[in-house]
Amino acid sequence: MKSKTALPGVPLMNKVTCVLVIAAYAVLQFMQTRGMLSASLRGMLVPICAYVVMAVSLNLTVGILGELSLGHAGFMSVGAFTGTAAAMALQDLIPLAPVRLALAMILAAAFAGAAGFLIGIPVLRLNGDYLAIVTLAFGEIIKAVVNNLYVGIDSAGIHMSLLNDNTHLLPGGKLLIQGPMGIGGIQKISTFTAGFVLVLLTLVIIFNLVSSRAGRAIMSIRDNRIAAESVGVNVVKYKMMAFVTSAAMAGAAGALFAMNYSTIVANKFDFNLSILVLVFVVLGGLGNLLGSVIAAAALTILPEALRQFYDYRMLVYAIVLILVMLITNSPAVKALYGRRFSGKEEA
Amino acid sequence: MSKLVPVPSGSMVPERDAGKHPILECVDLGITFGGLKAVEDFNIMIGPTEISGLIGPNGAGKTTVFNLLTKVYQPTRGTILLDGRDTHGMNTMQVSRAGIARTFQNIRLFNNLSVEDNVKVAMDANMKYSMWSGIFRLPRYWQEERSARERALELLSLFSMEKLAGVKAGSLPYGAQRRLEIVRALATHPSLLLLDEPAAGMNPSETAELMENIRKVRDTLQIAILLIEHDMNLVMNICEGICVLNFGRIIAKGTPAEIQSNPAVIEAYLGKQG
Repeated sequence: MKSKTALPGVPLMNKVTCVLVIAAYAVLQFMQTRGMLSASLRGMLVPICAYVVMAVSLNLTVGILGELSLGHAGFMSVGAFTGTAAAMALQDLIPLAPVRLALAMILAAAFAGAAGFLIGIPVLRLNGDYLAIVTLAFGEIIKAVVNNLYVGIDSAGIHMSLLNDNTHLLPGGKLLIQGPMGIGGIQKISTFTAGFVLVLLTLVIIFNLVSSRAGRAIMSIRDNRIAAESVGVNVVKYKMMAFVTSAAMAGAAGALFAMNYSTIVANKFDFNLSILVLVFVVLGGLGNLLGSVIAAAALTILPEALRQFYDYRMLVYAIVLILVMLITNSPAVKALYGRRFSGKEEA
Repeated sequence: MSKLVPVPSGSMVPERDAGKHPILECVDLGITFGGLKAVEDFNIMIGPTEISGLIGPNGAGKTTVFNLLTKVYQPTRGTILLDGRDTHGMNTMQVSRAGIARTFQNIRLFNNLSVEDNVKVAMDANMKYSMWSGIFRLPRYWQEERSARERALELLSLFSMEKLAGVKAGSLPYGAQRRLEIVRALATHPSLLLLDEPAAGMNPSETAELMENIRKVRDTLQIAILLIEHDMNLVMNICEGICVLNFGRIIAKGTPAEIQSNPAVIEAYLGKQG
């Protein structure tokens, strides 16, 4: 009976998600090369990728770990500034833009992951509402710190100061992060292809994480923390794993996002952005990564698409949100969705 | 007030386990919530393959004892020795890894996970592959996942549940959820299994089946089982030693026959006669 116990293959839902993302990339890339995309949509391709990564990574914390985090933009900010600063510092060293971008994203992920770890130490000992409030506060703290941070680089190395520019750079040095002015003169090296690769990578990492022992343990904590402890699951370790992974991915998204613009300031990554990403996650469905991808893409395009409504733009946006929530939560739609995807696995 | 006289902490280990080290030994275990002594002077010894019962009226402190053993509550006094090892300072996770597994009075499954994954979560402490092996699907991942799956199905087959492996735990019928909780507990490789009212809400035929299963678990896995139960038929049939708790204190200990004829027990359950 137990001679050949085949492992379950990749769940259908994961395949569908990856195939859809690849197809969307192929179509958009084709349209872009043929000049079939409007200028505004072309400009939104990279931000959409960044928001998709943000939504998918936040879904790891909110949907899969089951902890409400209101400071996800903070990690994006850490990634945006460290990644961009690193890319600028390495400009002469690594002339090849894609390599520089990749390296910047890895550094951004590492720094954001480290920030996630530090924040996680106190935060993950809390549950529920407390965690939400504390992450909200940390998001604001990160914003305040970056707003007052001056980082420069010269032949003597990296110089940092807070509140005022006391970096005293040697001649030939350059000020990378200029406090409330953020970073200016960024080379726009983020491309749609880079964004697509990051999205796909994020999806594969989270899908594989979820269907490994770590994912099972993380979801068991969400479903019943007391029972998880009682069967020997290391709750603090797995919460931290999910939280740090989520933060690191937000950092990479931040680097991608920032290097699509020529200047970037800390105030861009505020509470509203955290909430916006949370809206993507809730709208797409908790724990549903494909939902997050679609919601993030659709809700980034929607405000632009609604330009014709001028002043009523945000009103229509809100109404669309409410309608989508009502429809996706209706029992009929849920039942249909459940029949299609839940539990069905291809061997 | 004869029922509040402490009972000498004699052994209630069956003959089969006599001479062997007890798997669990509680010495003067107690906990106070505020001024309330929920459990006091709890002394018990359980043999390594014994099935024993913990009974008593509602509110006697039975589940509190389980919560003390699994460190959901830290005891305010006394010692718990698991296989001779003091569990002082351990938390719930560490106690589970040391060998105590439990089920809950109100079922606590991972409702959104499949039956199989519920069992596999309990094996996590015994799995070794890293997060990276999982993400990049390295050989360690396949190796350990395969053996975990085999063992999960094997354990499920103990309760004839292997066909349900892919079903969401939350959508199982009540009886199957109770069984799954036991399987999940067994997946942690326990040396002592605590069952909190395993027959609650079951009909007589399900209870009979459960009794068979409990015996089967003990016989195949050679572990000790301590159960809380109100179904006297089940308790008297499968328990080799019984401990009766009332108002947080042990009022009687012994074999089913001794307990059934113990006047203090009869008084606690039925009130003073005459």
